[in-house]
Amino acid sequence: MRVVVQSEPFDLGALTAGFAAGRSDMGAVVSFTGIVRDTDGRLDRMEIEHYPGMTERAIATIAEEAQARWSLGDVLVIHRHGTLRPGELIMMVATCSPHRGDAFAAAEFLMDYLKSRAPFWKKELTADGAAWVAAKPEDEDALSRWTR
Amino acid sequence: MLDVLYFAWVRERIGLPKERVETGAATVAELVAELSAREERYAAAFADISALRVALDQELSDFDAPLAGVREVAFFPPMTGG
Repeated sequence: MRVVVQSEPFDLGALTAGFAAGRSDMGAVVSFTGIVRDTDGRLDRMEIEHYPGMTERAIATIAEEAQARWSLGDVLVIHRHGTLRPGELIMMVATCSPHRGDAFAAAEFLMDYLKSRAPFWKKELTADGAAWVAAKPEDEDALSRWTR
Repeated sequence: MLDVLYFAWVRERIGLPKERVETGAATVAELVAELSAREERYAAAFADISALRVALDQELSDFDAPLAGVREVAFFPPMTGG
């Protein structure tokens, strides 16, 4: 398992290609990438704040839970903080497994929990000013499907 | 002595990211009451604790949790990662 919290950009291609490289027992790699979205062309930048120390622990706990639930060869989570412009990559997760079902499910589980259980806060800065992104009720609802 | 940390709009409303607090509060709720009584900016930040989350020593917790043995308390809005 590898968890990285950093302000610098990351190389999606190199990380995805290197993930599970040489693991011939792994038949499936799933990766997800989160990108700064500018819905209406007004976003200047996003500022992502986090809780150093707790962030890494919380993500590691979520990744350990994924490894306990599914048959995974490895888990990679990279999440950036600081100032990001529209189109920049915010984060990625990658999972590998002998079969695709576990890799897909674990990647979705990781994303659902990272959304509302990893201590990050997003602030959007537009020409009109700054606003913290509010958590959505459906983000919390998304967790319930994993506890059924 | 407790380290009390604030993040996102809680930090902005209170006006600082971190402070040392001398307190006899037995629970998180008691600490919130003490802080709220200090100044309006604290009262404003803690006006609706249903809009807040709390972590004790970097683990998510509850407002009725005891503070015995805790070194670090953090207050923040619901998280928006991913």
